[in-house]
Amino acid sequence: MQAPKRLPVWRDERVLSWFFQLLFLLLVVMLFVYLGRNLLQNLERQGLSLGLDFLDTTAGFDIGEHLVPYDRSRTFLEAFIVGLINTALVGVLGVILATLLGVVFGIARLSTNFIVRQIARWYIEFLRNIPLLVLLIFWYTGVFLKLPRVKEAISLPGPVLLTNRGIAIPWGIPAETFAQFRLVFLAAVLLGLSVVVLLNLYGRRTGRPPLALLWGALAFVAVVVLGWFLLPAPPLTWDYPSVQGLRIAGGRPLSPEFMALLSGLAIYTSAFIADVVRAGIQSVTKGQVEAARSLGLKGGQVMRLVVFPQALRVIVPPLTSQYLNLIKNSSLAVAIGYPEMFHVSGTILNQSGRAVEMIALVMAVYLAISLLTSALMNWYNRKVRLVER
Amino acid sequence: MKHTPFHILVFLLLLSLAISACGPTEPAAPAAETQAPAEAPQVVKETVIVTVEVPAAPGTPQVQVQVAQAPGFGETLEAVKTRGNLICGVNGQLPGFSFLDPDGNFSGFDADFCRALAAAVFGDATKVEFRPVTTQERFTALQTGEIDVLMRNTTWTVTRDTELGLNFVGTTFYDGQGILVPVDSGIATLADLEGGTICVQKGTTTELNLADVMATNGVNYTPAVFDDVNATYGAYAEGRCDAATSDKSQLSSVAKGLLPEPDQHVIMDLTLSKEPLGPVVRHGDDQWFDIVKWVVSATIAAEEYGVNSENVDDLLATSENPEIRRLLGVEGDLGLKFGLENSWAYNIIKLVGNYAEIYDRSLGESTPTYIPRGLNSLYTSGGVLYAPPFR
Repeated sequence: MQAPKRLPVWRDERVLSWFFQLLFLLLVVMLFVYLGRNLLQNLERQGLSLGLDFLDTTAGFDIGEHLVPYDRSRTFLEAFIVGLINTALVGVLGVILATLLGVVFGIARLSTNFIVRQIARWYIEFLRNIPLLVLLIFWYTGVFLKLPRVKEAISLPGPVLLTNRGIAIPWGIPAETFAQFRLVFLAAVLLGLSVVVLLNLYGRRTGRPPLALLWGALAFVAVVVLGWFLLPAPPLTWDYPSVQGLRIAGGRPLSPEFMALLSGLAIYTSAFIADVVRAGIQSVTKGQVEAARSLGLKGGQVMRLVVFPQALRVIVPPLTSQYLNLIKNSSLAVAIGYPEMFHVSGTILNQSGRAVEMIALVMAVYLAISLLTSALMNWYNRKVRLVER
Repeated sequence: MKHTPFHILVFLLLLSLAISACGPTEPAAPAAETQAPAEAPQVVKETVIVTVEVPAAPGTPQVQVQVAQAPGFGETLEAVKTRGNLICGVNGQLPGFSFLDPDGNFSGFDADFCRALAAAVFGDATKVEFRPVTTQERFTALQTGEIDVLMRNTTWTVTRDTELGLNFVGTTFYDGQGILVPVDSGIATLADLEGGTICVQKGTTTELNLADVMATNGVNYTPAVFDDVNATYGAYAEGRCDAATSDKSQLSSVAKGLLPEPDQHVIMDLTLSKEPLGPVVRHGDDQWFDIVKWVVSATIAAEEYGVNSENVDDLLATSENPEIRRLLGVEGDLGLKFGLENSWAYNIIKLVGNYAEIYDRSLGESTPTYIPRGLNSLYTSGGVLYAPPFR
């Protein structure tokens, strides 16, 4: 027997893989060091410095829409936060709307009704194949700016006023009893949640799951309505919008920029979500449906109890990336002038001249938002994924 | 599988080659720097002696200018000459200042100053590459050397002149901020704008002045902020805003050039701020700073001395006036002091014209974007244009 010949080092796969991985790491590090040094040298050549101190200086500009108090005497940092909150607002509302629309069209796409199926098909195909920026500009200049001027405002019941200055909806102004109502509201939330949990437990024990969410919601609504009318005075007084001269007074104005961005993002993303939902539903084997039917479940129950829970496993991961896309795409609002984070950062960048810092800050914040969103979605994904027994 | 590390290696090698190939393209190897020691960062603050070889115009003695200069001196002119054209950052969307005309050329007041600079450097006013930049990217474009000079109705302020690492050369156009409103709105004073919406362009001094003035006067308003000229006035034209605000020159040129019904809009009779607009260059190259400054002055001086593109040849041959003779390079060596040819000012006037010609071509009475000269007249006729002496 001959002893196996020892491999030379340069042919040993373990050594080689270590070597090339280290080499790769080294090159990547060198690339970043090179880029960083280049940046610092060029900044120094121009007599510019790096740092975030400038965020404490007075902003000096106004922002059209802000959910927290803001005026020109606030700092750049506060202006940035105003933008961040606007991004969050559009992101949250957009995700909710896109999900609702997406699920509806995703299910409609599989409908047995020819007309419903075709409408859903054209909706999805059309929206998936035009650029989002085009869609946003269409909504802005083609729809919301084309609404009539204030003098000829369209009045919908509510009253909701449609004008090219925006859409004005009635809005509640907190009255004296609002503080008590907040407690009632909190109680209603707790009651609703406990109803859902209890019914789910009951369902698990008996094997006959009731419509837990529905009953929970009903309990919540009942308490809120009772509380509203039992309090000595209504907690909110309604402020109705009305045309006064050249402007709209009262109510809550939703700017055309906000409406265009929200509709554009929600509708565009909903088309992708619809396809994700369709793929999820189709991934559930036909046998599951047949088995559920043969157990005597009705159409809605088959969907709710058998198909959808299994489809969610397939739906959630790609859904996460659609949510991330929606949030990141909100930066396209620069084109239509909605003051979200990227838009405001552009103004700060220009007024302070700190391009490198502002772009780095914006990237870091988008990264943080995206990581947070995907952490939440991953947590949800772990909950719905197939538990193998 | 086994080959993948080699592929990555090859890829990385190519990548690093590509990166090292990109190296030398950072603002074209300045002459002064190549003489300095290699440790760039420490050297920046030192002063070195640079010898500048100046091409002499035929007939004049060969001159050598020896001056103490910081590194960076002369690098822009050299880069421009090596490249063979001048890259001029302009607005591109503003009729009367810089705008694509129907023939596909940039025309306007700012565009002509770009041409004047090219005429001074090359003796050829067409050697300009116009690069439209937005309000937002204009300073970065200049800082990074993507453009040689910014001629983009930019307001001269302390912050921009210092913190941004830029130098304002002077003022080519004295302007003030105004407010444009539709005639039928009946808005006549700031107070009438209470509760209204005002369209404004992003990242401008206008945006800041508006906030200042409204806060000072206690008027509540909502700004609608847009990225460029077209978006801003497009929204205004659609009735998105009660008013639009900008420099009066911009409002006037936009109202006449971009809005569908120009007569239906009026600029309110109030001025919100001083807006001196002028060319901008980078810190660190005083030679280029001087060139741009004196190109502007040359057009003003030419108007003052009555030299224009039509009579410049006659005056070159016959004028006895020493100021004109020095300006046109017949006497002295003013051009050589900048590292240019002695005929630099002659070329500007011959190829582009004096200040009055430049102004009238784009903003004069016969143009659709007419703006009365007002402050932008010579000091001798009630304005503030005043060129330092040419000697």
